[in-house]
Amino acid sequence: MTSLAPGSGPTDLQAESAPPSLPETVLDEAQRGETHADGHAAHPDLRLFGLATFLVADGMTFAGFFAAYLTFRAVNPLPEGSSYELELLLPTINTVLLVLSSVTFHRAGSNLRDGNGSGCRSWLLGTGVLGAAFLAGQMVEYFNLPFGLTDNLFASTFYALTGFHGLHVTLGVICILIVWAQARPGGRINQQDHFGLEAAELYWHFVDGIWVVLYGILYLL
Amino acid sequence: MTLASPSDFEPQGLQPQGWLKYLSFSLDHKVIGLQYLVTGFVFYLIGGALAGVIRTELASPISDFVSRETYNEVLTLHGTVMIFLWIVPVVNGAFGNYLIPFYVGARDMAFPRLNAVAFWLIPPAGILLISSYFIAGGAAQSGWTAYPPLSLTTPALGQVIWILSVLLLGGSSIFGGINFIATIWKLRRPGLKMMQLPMYCWAMLGTSILVVLSTPVLAGTLILLSFDIIAHTGFFNPALGGNVVVYQHLFWFYSHPAVYIMVLPAFGLVSEILPIHARKPLFGYTTMVYSILGIVVLGLIVWAHHMFTSGTPPWMRLFFTIATSFIAVPTGIKFFNWLATLWGGKLALNSAMLFSCAFIVNFVFGGITGVALAQVPFDIHVHDTYFVVGHFHYIVYGGTVFIIFASVYHWYPKFTGRMLNEDLGRLHFLLTFIGFNLCFAPQHWLGLNGMPRRVAEYDPAFTTLNQVSSIGALLMAISTLPFLINVVWSAFRGEVAGDNPWNALTPEWLTTSPPPVENWPGEAPLVTHPYGYGIPEGQLDLKVTTGRELWTGGRR
Ligand code: HEM
Ligand SMILES: [Cu+2]
Repeated sequence: MTSLAPGSGPTDLQAESAPPSLPETVLDEAQRGETHADGHAAHPDLRLFGLATFLVADGMTFAGFFAAYLTFRAVNPLPEGSSYELELLLPTINTVLLVLSSVTFHRAGSNLRDGNGSGCRSWLLGTGVLGAAFLAGQMVEYFNLPFGLTDNLFASTFYALTGFHGLHVTLGVICILIVWAQARPGGRINQQDHFGLEAAELYWHFVDGIWVVLYGILYLL
Repeated sequence: MTLASPSDFEPQGLQPQGWLKYLSFSLDHKVIGLQYLVTGFVFYLIGGALAGVIRTELASPISDFVSRETYNEVLTLHGTVMIFLWIVPVVNGAFGNYLIPFYVGARDMAFPRLNAVAFWLIPPAGILLISSYFIAGGAAQSGWTAYPPLSLTTPALGQVIWILSVLLLGGSSIFGGINFIATIWKLRRPGLKMMQLPMYCWAMLGTSILVVLSTPVLAGTLILLSFDIIAHTGFFNPALGGNVVVYQHLFWFYSHPAVYIMVLPAFGLVSEILPIHARKPLFGYTTMVYSILGIVVLGLIVWAHHMFTSGTPPWMRLFFTIATSFIAVPTGIKFFNWLATLWGGKLALNSAMLFSCAFIVNFVFGGITGVALAQVPFDIHVHDTYFVVGHFHYIVYGGTVFIIFASVYHWYPKFTGRMLNEDLGRLHFLLTFIGFNLCFAPQHWLGLNGMPRRVAEYDPAFTTLNQVSSIGALLMAISTLPFLINVVWSAFRGEVAGDNPWNALTPEWLTTSPPPVENWPGEAPLVTHPYGYGIPEGQLDLKVTTGRELWTGGRR
């Protein structure tokens, strides 16, 4: 028995209950648990799990923005002469581009997993181009809008939402370029080690999904 | 990656050793935990000094000690420091980082580097916040809630710095939450089931889910608020067609869960301390787990009980009253489980236990006033009065801060290898308990009789009780001295603790004090019955942890 705790006298309860060391059986099991030196699959790589959790958090930021926008819209009338109408053609093209880019990214991933590195890089490049085209489209839209950031509540919310999403797309395009560079022959990303690509892909699908919701409530509603 | 054997486990790499490691970008979860603890405590002293200014000012009905503007700055800094720099980092970051890897049988957290980043966001954010007091225009003046339009009309720079600092701290909190979820859920040693984890793991899992779901909403809201301040948009500015109530909804969508982010980990910690010093199994393990999950779910749908006077429509008031009252059910379950854990135990009334038992008393009082506040007619009467101040201090101070102290007394031997002095500890407890109740109990009466909160001046009729309250605050300030002396003196001169001075069964005690870098010199132990006290070995059966057999400790 180890020395007893100050302030707690020895009791029969204690004597029965507090083993100074672990019982043998428990240690046996413990040893079995630690000796799994097997490969890849035995060690769950938690980085994607962590990223997914982060994206849940990021999604909540958007959810907050969406809730604010919908409430504003429901209860705060716009001043005379302003309306919620937006030009639809460009954003719709943009939506198509972004959804398409999710498909191309997916192709890039499956190519890499099949061992086709150059195919993967081409699809990645295509994805990056689609993302950049989306951003360009967004810029064109910004410059042709009849309202500025502080014109009214709808204008402010519009820029806040699309701007915050646009930041995400920009970051995504940068990530795609990095992954593209790393997927070159002899680079960090290859058929065996493709965390970077999978992380970028997960993020990109997330950004696309957010856009679809955003498009629905901001442009169509 | 999950469980490297000690030989090839090197979180330290080229990192400094000795005490210097506590100032470094260490990746060791134990070092990071203590970094959180000490940093948090420094901010507690700052926040406490600010509280001292508040209580000195309120010792007389006129604003004679500081000007009204200064009072508002001090008040805002006090609330923000205490919540975001003391309670949240310590009760989550400090004890979470130190204990969770032990409890899941791991050598470190899931993402050690992210962990260090999360910690190192805190000191700059805190320094930024406090330094705003010294700039032209001063610190933010709109309280820890930063309600617009008030926050749009007070000096802008201070408010923007406040937002920046809270964003940094929120980011730190989110990173921490992600790490805890991954560690508890995915990094358990093989053979260890979720329902065998010590209760603090469940509390931290629930808390981290709340952190991940609600903190981002606060971040988004504060970004919009900063646009209103800097770019003169009108999201929350009624003069520009905006809507202040939307801010309140978004703010409380974070800040009600935030009260659980502050108190759920304390629930977990007290659930570790009570069984050990009562030599009894934790009563009702399964119901504890489901209560935590219930609190997480309910905690997300009660936020508008802070807005009963903000013109919320009747159906909304009804919903939020009912939902809020429901939280009393899982909370009550936990309360009775703690009592049942103590029932018939061999209590060691040491400092850790005294603070824990006082927690139960204080918390039930704060909980009862909370349920009262959830009732619309009553809340309309006392909203924004000192009654609310009394309520939440019974929860955050009487609840969480008492448990932080209990935890320091309980785990200090593990941190340092030495015991804290019991006489100083009991003195600390006595002064804190008396001072705390003297300070905050009268505030309920003041609020019921109409003293508004967040004022530097008040009706002279309230003078006597305010002075009682200020004397209580003075006692609380004094009570910190024996504690400070104790932790410093005991670190060098305290009685040597040994590995397991409390004869505890949870895994952090089954190693040396302080533990080696790899946590256990040999294999990580598989502890399937962390609360197996009081019954003869070999008769342990997890299935009956909720049953009468374990409650009575095997006795008839
Ligand atoms: C038994 C559960 C609880 C209930 C039913 C409850 C209910 C309430 C209600 C209705 C209010 C709003 C009062 C008003 O502003 O008019 C309130 C305020 C508050 N509560 Fe609680 N509460 C509970 C637990 C907690 C916990 C666990 C904490 C913190 C750890 C906490 C901290 C606060 C704070 C900080 C405020 C004041 C916010 C402010 O206006 O600045 N409460 N509580
Ligand atoms: Cu609340």
